[in-house]
Amino acid sequence: MLADIGYAAIFIAFLAAVYAPFAAWHGVRTKQSRWVQSGRNAILIIFPLVGLACVMLVLSILNNDYSIQYVWSVSSREMPTYLKVTALWGGQQGSILFFNLLLAGFTAAAMARKWDDERAIMPYAIIVASLTLIFFLLMIVFLENPFARIGAVPVEGSGMAYLLNAPVTYVQNLFTRPQMVPADGNGLNPLLRHPGMIIHPPMLYLGYTGFSVPFVFAMAALIARRFNDSWTRTTRRWTLAAWLLLGLGLVLGGRWAYDVLGWGGYWAWDPVENSSLLPWLTGTAFLHSVMIQEKRGMFKGWNVSLIIITYLLVVLGTLNVRGGLVTSVHSFAQSNIGWWLLGFMAFMIFFSIYWVYERRDQLKSDNQISSYLSRESAFMLNNFLFLSIVAVTFIGTYFPVLSELVTGQRVTVAAPFYEKVNGPLFAVLLILMGIAPLTMWYRTSARRLGRMTLGPAVAATLTVVILFILDIRNWVALLGIWIVTFSAMLTILEIARAINARIRSKGESPFSALSALITRSRRRYGGYVIHLGVLIMALGIISIELYQQETQIRLNKGESVAIGDFDMTFRNVTRFPGPDDLMITEATVDLSRDGQFIRSLTPRTELYTRTGQPMTIPGVRSTITEDFYVIVVNFEGTTENAATFRIFLNPLINWVWAGAIVLIAGTLIAAWPDRAEQKIMAGSRAKPRRRYPVGAVTGD
Amino acid sequence: MTQGTVESPEASAERSRNSRLGITAVVVIALVFVALLFFGMQRAVVDRPDGVAPDFEVQFFDGYEWENQPTANLSDFKGQPVVLNFWASWCVECRIEADLLENTWREYRDDGVVFLGVAYVDVEPKSLDYLQEYNITYPNAPDLRSSVSDKYDITGVPETFFIDREGNVVHIQLGPVSETMLTGLIDQMLADPNQGQEF
Amino acid sequence: MKTRTKLKRGLLPSIFVAILLVALFVIAGVASAQESTGNVTDDEVNAIAKELYCPVCESTPLDVCATQACADWRDVIRTKLAEGQTEEEIKAYFELQYGARALAEPPRQGFTLAIWILPVLAVIVGGLVFARYIRGLRTAPVETGPNTIQTDFPDQNALKEKAETESDTYRERVERELREM
Repeated sequence: MLADIGYAAIFIAFLAAVYAPFAAWHGVRTKQSRWVQSGRNAILIIFPLVGLACVMLVLSILNNDYSIQYVWSVSSREMPTYLKVTALWGGQQGSILFFNLLLAGFTAAAMARKWDDERAIMPYAIIVASLTLIFFLLMIVFLENPFARIGAVPVEGSGMAYLLNAPVTYVQNLFTRPQMVPADGNGLNPLLRHPGMIIHPPMLYLGYTGFSVPFVFAMAALIARRFNDSWTRTTRRWTLAAWLLLGLGLVLGGRWAYDVLGWGGYWAWDPVENSSLLPWLTGTAFLHSVMIQEKRGMFKGWNVSLIIITYLLVVLGTLNVRGGLVTSVHSFAQSNIGWWLLGFMAFMIFFSIYWVYERRDQLKSDNQISSYLSRESAFMLNNFLFLSIVAVTFIGTYFPVLSELVTGQRVTVAAPFYEKVNGPLFAVLLILMGIAPLTMWYRTSARRLGRMTLGPAVAATLTVVILFILDIRNWVALLGIWIVTFSAMLTILEIARAINARIRSKGESPFSALSALITRSRRRYGGYVIHLGVLIMALGIISIELYQQETQIRLNKGESVAIGDFDMTFRNVTRFPGPDDLMITEATVDLSRDGQFIRSLTPRTELYTRTGQPMTIPGVRSTITEDFYVIVVNFEGTTENAATFRIFLNPLINWVWAGAIVLIAGTLIAAWPDRAEQKIMAGSRAKPRRRYPVGAVTGD
Repeated sequence: MTQGTVESPEASAERSRNSRLGITAVVVIALVFVALLFFGMQRAVVDRPDGVAPDFEVQFFDGYEWENQPTANLSDFKGQPVVLNFWASWCVECRIEADLLENTWREYRDDGVVFLGVAYVDVEPKSLDYLQEYNITYPNAPDLRSSVSDKYDITGVPETFFIDREGNVVHIQLGPVSETMLTGLIDQMLADPNQGQEF
Repeated sequence: MKTRTKLKRGLLPSIFVAILLVALFVIAGVASAQESTGNVTDDEVNAIAKELYCPVCESTPLDVCATQACADWRDVIRTKLAEGQTEEEIKAYFELQYGARALAEPPRQGFTLAIWILPVLAVIVGGLVFARYIRGLRTAPVETGPNTIQTDFPDQNALKEKAETESDTYRERVERELREM
C-alpha cells in the first residue's frame, strides 16, 4: 500500500513536470500570467510529491517489506534503523529517487523566490527547469522504479514501447501480488555502511543538483533576452552553494577512501572521482570569472558557457556513475538508463549551443580590456588554467573509450598521468592565486606588482634554502614549498595590510579591524580564507605525494618492524563475530618511537560472510605532523601467530583535511549575505519601476 | 541592437565569420564527443546483439594443438560449430563447468564440433595446473594482450560463445553452462547449418 | 560493482570465497614458511605492483588488490624478481601477456602516445583561442564611442566608466536598453 502511494506520487509528479512547460508557454503566448503561475505551481508541487515517495520508500524499508525489489536489495532485518533510513540512497533506484528529491527541492527553492525583478524570465525558467525534471522523473517512473515488486511481471518491449508499458505493467501487478515474499533482505552493500559513505553521496547529489539552478537561470535569462546584472547576482550565490556542497562531497569521499579502502591514499583519479571533480573545477572557474562580468560587464558569453558546461558535466557525471559508461570501482549498475541519460545529455548540449548562438547579441562585451596586466587578465589566466586542468582530466577519463574505438584495446589512465600533466598546471595556478589579488581592475603597473611580491619571494626562497640545508633535496618538493610559501605570504600580507590600514586610520584593535574587514567585504576576505585553505591542502598533498613511506612485511607474534622513526611490534590477533554477519579479524600492534611506547593500534579486516565482501579498516595514529597508518593484509593469510602488515607513514595528511575545513569556513564567509550588497539590492527593488506584463518579452 | 555601436562593415563581417567558425567548431566537437560516448555506451551495456564472431589468432599452451599446429585462427574452423569458452584458474565458477565442457567435447568431437578454451587474465603456470587438474584435452590458449577477450567484450569469466558453422554468434552464455543448454545448443548448431537462431 | 560482477556471480561463489578465506587463516601458517622465494621482499614486489593494474579489478592498483588473480600476478613478479629480471622486463612481460591496460601509465608509443600529446595540444589550442578572445576584447567596439577603440591609456575612460558603474543612471540606462532590444 505504502509503495503504491509512493508510485502514484512520483507518477503525478511526472505529469506535473510535463504540464508545467506547456502552461508556462501558453502563458507567454497569450500573455496570461495565471497560466505562468499555474506552471510555476506545478513545478512547486513536485518537491512535496517526490518527498512523499521518499517517505513511503523509507517506511517500506523500516517495515521490512521485502515484497519490494529495492527494499530487498538494500536492507535486511538486522540492520540498525539509521542504516535503513540511509538505504534510501544505497542502491540504484533509491539513489535516483533521492536525486529527484534534491533536484525538485532546489528547483522549488529557485522558483519560490520573488520574481518581481525578473518576471519576464520566469516562464522560461519554468520551461528549462522542467526539462531536467521531466527527464529525471521519467527515469524513476518508467525505467528504474524503486517500488517495483519482487517477482512482478516484467515490462515488455524496448524503447518507447517500454516506457508506455511500464506504468501499465505496474498497475497490472497490483492485482497479481506475488505469493512468495522473501523472509529477509539482501542487506546494504557493506562499503556503504561507513558514516563517510552515508554522507558522501547526498553531498555529491546536493552539489550536482544544485548546479541545475544556475543553469536554469542562465538559459532562461538568455532565452528571455534579460541577460543582465541581476542574473549574475542570483546565479553566483546558487553556484557558490552548489560548489560548496560538491566540494564537501569530494572531501568526504576522499576521507572515506582513506578510512575504509585501506590503500593509504585519498584520491585515485578514478574515472568517477574525476567526473565529480570536473564540474567542481568549472564551477570554480565560473566563480572567479563572474566577478569580471559584475565589475566590467565583460565575459558574458564565457560565463554562460561555463555554467552550461558545468551543468552538462553534472549530467555526464550521472551518466558515468549510473549508466556504467566508464568502467570504474564506482560503476554500480549496468542498465539501459545509460542510453536515456546519453540522449538527454546530447539534447541538452545542442539545446544550449543553439540558444547561446541564437542570443549571441546578448553576450557582447560592454567593455574592453585596458591592459594585459590587470585584474581582468589575471582572472582570464585563472580561467585558462582551470579549463586546462579540466581538459586534461577530461581527456584522461575518456581516453580509454577512444583508445578502444581506435585500436580495439583499452588502456589504463591512472594517477601517474594526471599527476604528471595536472601537477604543473596546479603549480602555476597556486602562484597566480597569490599574485592575482594584488592586481587592480583596468591596469596594474609591473613595478607595483614587483614591489609587492619581492618580500614574499625572498622569504619563500629563504625557506627553501633552509630546507635544502636541512637535507631536503627533492627539487619538486622544494619548488612546491616555494610556491606555497610565496602565495601564502602574499595572501597573509594582503590581509595584514588592510588590517594595518584600519588600525592606523580608525584606531581599532587588530581583531576588530579584521572582523570589520570581513563583515564589510565578505566576498573578498572569504575568498582569501578559501585561498589559504587551498594552500594548506596543497602543502599536505605535496608532502604525502613525495614523502609517503611504506613497507609491507609478514610478522610473527612479538616481532617488530621499523619505519621512519617508529617501531611497530605485533602483539596479538583475534577473530570474533561482529554485528550483522560480520567476521572480524583484529590485530593488536604496539607503536613506539625511540624505545618509548606510544600506544596500541588495532587494524582489522571485516568480512561480510554472506556476501564475501571484505573491508580493511586501518589502525591509525594521527597527529598534525604525520599519520602512522597500518593495515592487516588479510589476503596474504592471517594465522594465530603471524600476519602480514602494510604500513604507511603519511606526512602532513591532516593538513589536507584541515585545509578543507578552512576552505569551507571561507566559503561560508563569502556566501553569507553581504550587508552592502543587500542594501544595493533592496535599494534597487524599492525604486519605482515600470511593471512589465508577463509575455511582454517574447522569446522568439 | 539599439546601442551606439561603432563598427566598420568589414569588422562586422569578420565578426560574423568568426562566430560562424566558432559555432561550427563547437558543434563538431560536441558531435564527436556524443559519438564517442555512444560507442562507449555500446560497450558498457552488456546486452550484445548476435552477429559475426570476430576472427582472432591464438597461440596454444604447451601440449595443446589444432591439427598439429601450435597456433590457430577462428577462421580455420569455418564450417564447424565452435564453442568458445573464456575461463581462468582463479575463477571459482569456471570449476563448476570444467568437467562438463571436457566430457561434452569428448562426446561431440567426432561430429566436427570445436571446443576452444581461452584463459583470461591468468598466469601460465596456474593455467596449466588447472588444465591438468581437470584433465582438459580440447585446445586451450592464453589470451595474449587480452586481445581475444577485447574482441568479444566479455563481461567476466566464465563466459561461453556459441559460434555456428557460418561463423555467427548464436548464443552468449554469461556464467557457467548447464548440460542441457550445452548439448541443446550444439545439437541445434549441428542440425541447422544455415540458420543462427537465438536460443 | 564491476569488480564483483567480473569475479563472482551470485551467492554461491561468495560463500565459497568466504570459506576459502577462513581456510586460509588456518593454513597460512604453513604458507608463511615457504613465502621467502629467493630474498625478494614484499616491498620490492609492491614497488612494481604499484605500477600495474589487473584488468579484472579496474581502477585498483595491483599492490592493494585482494583478488586471487592479483595475488597470482604478484607471485609472478616475485618469481621474476628472484630470477633477476629488471622492472622494465617485468612490465614488458605483463604488457605482452595482458595488453597495455596492465600498465598504470599508458605506453608512449603507437596510438596511446596520443594521451600524452592530446592534453598538450588542447592546452596550446585553448591558449590560442583564449589569446584571440582577449585580443578581441581589447579591440572590441564599445558603446562609449569611437575615441576609446584605439586608446592605449584608457585610464581616463576607465575612471569615467567606474564612476558610471556606481551611478544609478548608468544602470538604469543599460537596463532600459536591454529591455528595448
